[in-house]
Amino acid sequence: MNGTLALLRLALRLDRVRLPIWLAALTLCAAGSASSFASAYPTAADRAGLLSAANANPTFAALYGHAHSADIGALTAWRLTTFYGVIAGLMTVFLVIRHTRTDEEAGRLEMLRATVVGRHAALAAALLEALIANTALAVLVGLTMPAPHPGGLALGAAFAGTGLTAGAVAALAAQLTESPRTATGIAGAYLGAAYGTRAVADAAGIDWLRWVSPIGWAQQVRPYAGDRWWILALFAALVAVLAAATWALAARRDVGAGLLAARPGRAEGRLTGPFALAWRLQRGTLIAWLIGFATAGLGIGVAASSVADFVDGPDSTAGQLVARLGGTGGLVDAYLATSLSLCAMVAGLYTVTAVLRLRGEETALHAEPVLATGVTRRAWMAAHLAIAFAGTAALLLVLGAGAGLAHGGLPRVLAATAALIPAAWVVGGIAAALFGLLPRAATAASAAVGAFLLIAFLGPILKAPGWVQDLSPYTHTPHLPGPAPAGGLVTPLTWLTVTAAALTTAGLIGFRRRDIG
Amino acid sequence: MTPAIEVSGLIKRFGRTTALDGLNLNVAAGEVHGFLGPNGAGKSTTIRTLLGLLRPDGGTARLLGGDPWRDAATLHRRLAYVPGDVTLWPGLTGGEVIDLLARLRGGIDPKRRADLLERFDLDPRKKARTYSKGNRQKVALIAALASVVELLILDEPTSGLDPLMEEVFRDCIAEERRNGRTVLLSSHILSEVEVLCDRVSIIRNGTTVETGTLESLRHLTRTAITAVVHQPPALDGLAGIHDLVIDGDRVTAQVDNAALGQMMSALSAAGIRALQSQPPTLEELFLRHYA
Repeated sequence: MNGTLALLRLALRLDRVRLPIWLAALTLCAAGSASSFASAYPTAADRAGLLSAANANPTFAALYGHAHSADIGALTAWRLTTFYGVIAGLMTVFLVIRHTRTDEEAGRLEMLRATVVGRHAALAAALLEALIANTALAVLVGLTMPAPHPGGLALGAAFAGTGLTAGAVAALAAQLTESPRTATGIAGAYLGAAYGTRAVADAAGIDWLRWVSPIGWAQQVRPYAGDRWWILALFAALVAVLAAATWALAARRDVGAGLLAARPGRAEGRLTGPFALAWRLQRGTLIAWLIGFATAGLGIGVAASSVADFVDGPDSTAGQLVARLGGTGGLVDAYLATSLSLCAMVAGLYTVTAVLRLRGEETALHAEPVLATGVTRRAWMAAHLAIAFAGTAALLLVLGAGAGLAHGGLPRVLAATAALIPAAWVVGGIAAALFGLLPRAATAASAAVGAFLLIAFLGPILKAPGWVQDLSPYTHTPHLPGPAPAGGLVTPLTWLTVTAAALTTAGLIGFRRRDIG
Repeated sequence: MTPAIEVSGLIKRFGRTTALDGLNLNVAAGEVHGFLGPNGAGKSTTIRTLLGLLRPDGGTARLLGGDPWRDAATLHRRLAYVPGDVTLWPGLTGGEVIDLLARLRGGIDPKRRADLLERFDLDPRKKARTYSKGNRQKVALIAALASVVELLILDEPTSGLDPLMEEVFRDCIAEERRNGRTVLLSSHILSEVEVLCDRVSIIRNGTTVETGTLESLRHLTRTAITAVVHQPPALDGLAGIHDLVIDGDRVTAQVDNAALGQMMSALSAAGIRALQSQPPTLEELFLRHYA
């Protein structure tokens, strides 16, 4: 524990730009949503209408859960909690892995541990920084959300609880494996499972299942609708258990090693070209994503089958909504279309990660020796792009297969997810263009994914201007399954594909003309 | 025969800093050429420009008769490169990296690979994550030396190697020279270059300050002598002795290697009580000749 405070100061100093940007973006976005709710639904009657419509809609239940009051704060909480549970989680996962396993793999931790720094100091500093970041998030959200402030603070604390829990999972994962990428993957899988479990629970109305997921706990805090503070104790208890387990594991292993022991590998290589190398580097990530998407597809399909039951109650609002959407069949289609499209946005995150592996290879100086061989720049870049684009298509097809098998109507559902592929490719195109033309800004492509998610989550309900919504490629994707849109399917899909191809080509050309490094 | 490397007036800027400022470098086919300069002189920038990884802002560069930027991949099949900072993919084993890099260049000599693995004492089954700096260096060296190529570009290749391995490396370069391969060896250690190279180029602040055979640069390789003697030695009029200072019984001087014998006889005639000799460091050379 010696040196924990010094390492904490170091971590805060290293994150002095990154962390404030995360906190400011999350706070402003929450405050902005609240004020947009106020202007989009000015009267109590408007909000009561939104509340009953929202709670009658199984799609909304799957994505956001249930709203507990017609108060502006409560509606904002309903809209944001599940989404923020994941985003605050990601912020904390990246933070914890960065200061534990990444430092360890890079050999920086070894240098620090040779000074007067205790065995657990780095771990403790990372967890403390995670606590500070999430506490700051809770306070900032609490102060910027509408009065009464206890409600705002409860909402902020719910976000912080999910964030800190994910951070503790990441710290545990960092003990298990030698690779920061794998550790991040384990924590990401936890977040996906936490979101997915509560989505199934909310869509299918399975009460006990909500309590399995920490994101479900965050929803049950019910800010502005009772403020159930005691639920925060659940987060505290889980974080304490995870931290204690992490502590024990960390004491049992060597610096640099994981608990899952590394085996000796091959003495001879079979990698024959740039594509084989790219595949070797990327296959683990892709396989993990494929498993995740297959699971998500099955979950969405299972929940779709209970959507019909969901509206069988006597609630008149639900009845009206069902009628407006074209009967029970239309309701299920709308649910499927929205859920699958959300997954396609998350698939965009995979696409960006896979494309930006190029930049990772470049900054880690791995690209240099390869490009100093007979491999052309175009072949090297194309190898990673091929995996990113084909991988994206595979993710969406696996998603469609899962949902189609679980719910029925496999060809329709597969066609629906296939139609989502071009939009995700556009996101990949943005990443490729940035890598080729503005390599130092390449990570901004992940921000584009976040922006498109925000547009989808908040744009329509907050009545954002058309041009803002048009910025997202997902806005232009036909809403399938269901009746084909008036303009047909071919035009929008062709345009999206052409846009993706143009961006990618620009990236390839830019990369052939610039310096490496 | 086409020269292996012809660089003249090369300019490379990064923003406002000028890394290369009219650099010249000529390497004939079949020679082992030393590329000397202190840290930050522009050695790696020159090499990365020659590899087509950086685009020059001025001047001309020819590599194996081709344009390093335009014909990069074609030329790279004929050369092997060891970067100054070797980082490997943490999840691949050393053996996999050696085979991968050699294959991407066009081919590997399996007998030479096995021989080098043994001589450098490297376990190819370990993941690169677990290798020390010296072992990572060995992986890159073996991958380069076992490749079937005509030119080797080595950027400070002995950094991280222990003295025993440096010796193995020297033997390997001597073999390469006998086999007629061209080697560009960048270094900031003068003695290493002295042992291995036919000709050297010395650069500083992005420009070439000296180039030629070691014989013609002999004036750079004076030995610094410090001696304590019984009586003042008779050194007047001896050629090849520079910066002579006689302070009581203490004598210091820079001596050309050709004049060492005369210097020694004069000193022993004066009765040597203590003697120290050391080759000049590159830093001293720069201070003396180019400051």
